[in-house]
Amino acid sequence: MPAPLPTPRGALTEALSDCFRGRGVTRSVEADSHDDAALALWMLYELHHRGFDEVDDALEWDPALLAVRADLEHDLEERWRDRARHLAQPAQDRVADGEDFAELFFDLCAADTGGESLVRFVQREAEEEQVLALLRQRSIYHVREQDSAMWALPRLDDETKAHLVAIAADEYGNGHPDHLHAELWRRGMAACGLDTGYAAYVDEALPEVLEQNNLMSMLGLHRRLVPAALGHLAAFEVCSSVPSKRMVRGLERLGMPEPMIAYYREHMVADAVHEQVAVRRMLGGWVAREPLVADDALWGAAVCLAAEQETATAVLSSVRDGAQLEHGAVA
Amino acid sequence: MSTGETTTREVLLCPDGPVLIPGPVTVEDEQGVKHHSERPVVAVCRCGASSVPPWCDGSHKQVRRRPATAVPSPRHGRELEDY
Repeated sequence: MPAPLPTPRGALTEALSDCFRGRGVTRSVEADSHDDAALALWMLYELHHRGFDEVDDALEWDPALLAVRADLEHDLEERWRDRARHLAQPAQDRVADGEDFAELFFDLCAADTGGESLVRFVQREAEEEQVLALLRQRSIYHVREQDSAMWALPRLDDETKAHLVAIAADEYGNGHPDHLHAELWRRGMAACGLDTGYAAYVDEALPEVLEQNNLMSMLGLHRRLVPAALGHLAAFEVCSSVPSKRMVRGLERLGMPEPMIAYYREHMVADAVHEQVAVRRMLGGWVAREPLVADDALWGAAVCLAAEQETATAVLSSVRDGAQLEHGAVA
Repeated sequence: MSTGETTTREVLLCPDGPVLIPGPVTVEDEQGVKHHSERPVVAVCRCGASSVPPWCDGSHKQVRRRPATAVPSPRHGRELEDY
């Protein structure tokens, strides 16, 4: 199922919408806000994922749109090379000192990223409406869970490829479409009374959420960035099992529907496997064979951690403001 | 297709973590209860802290993780309080 065309958020997304509907080109239009730039890049990447309703699929390789994408990506990569450096650098130094890769990778993922934890909020204090708002933000990613990382697959050596496929097979249901993680997510969303459509909540998505998704698409699509794509994937897995347990406890505390709890329960167990396979076999093995991939793999991991922290901070602020507005309206 | 050779299955003991075993597999726990998994690889808990035994749920990171640097992160102390 393709995505719905999102509502424009500024001059560039307005121009892109026109272009996607077959009206004009966008070459000279500048984004007029971070929100506009993030949505624009999300729209351009979506042409590579599933495309949009009633938009020509050939636009995926339209040279003018690719040029717009390249400008936005250049800016995105520059910003995140900078933003994730303070996390990546200490780990990269430890690689240079010959320390054990798996050990330093797990340490990197345990680093304090300096913000409040979204899952602790859900575990202990969130109200149901706030959790539903969080699920709507998360749905931008979960309906295409793992997809961006699969662009890396044909670019890998055989051994790395085999380990990535072992992880992906589990994510994609081990041959059972019913067990696909994205399908478990849709069942959870339906049980919560939420829209299960692909990218159904894109108009609500915070710019930080769009950017987090854009980063995954960027790392997956560029062969040059494949080590970072796998570093990102491994960090994502490492940062999933324990937070999923907190989500389970929070959803149970609120008495939320079982299918959504089941989604997070599955991730407690699945990602406890994936993190070990990803760090020790997939990345650890690759780094041992090709030491030069280590630095970008660690940068990709740092991007994952820093982007999740930015998303968490933004989502927390948004759901708390939402609750305040609601309570204010009642008062 | 049989090659006539015995297949050796590789099991990985993860430092400070679970044991990785190729699946599908049935694990019989200390009470004699059998737990089946169809996953290509399973992670069996070794730290005793999992909330979903016999499978690993990442809890070893909260109870067993050795600090890699001389100064332990206070984060680990906080994590312990929750469990």
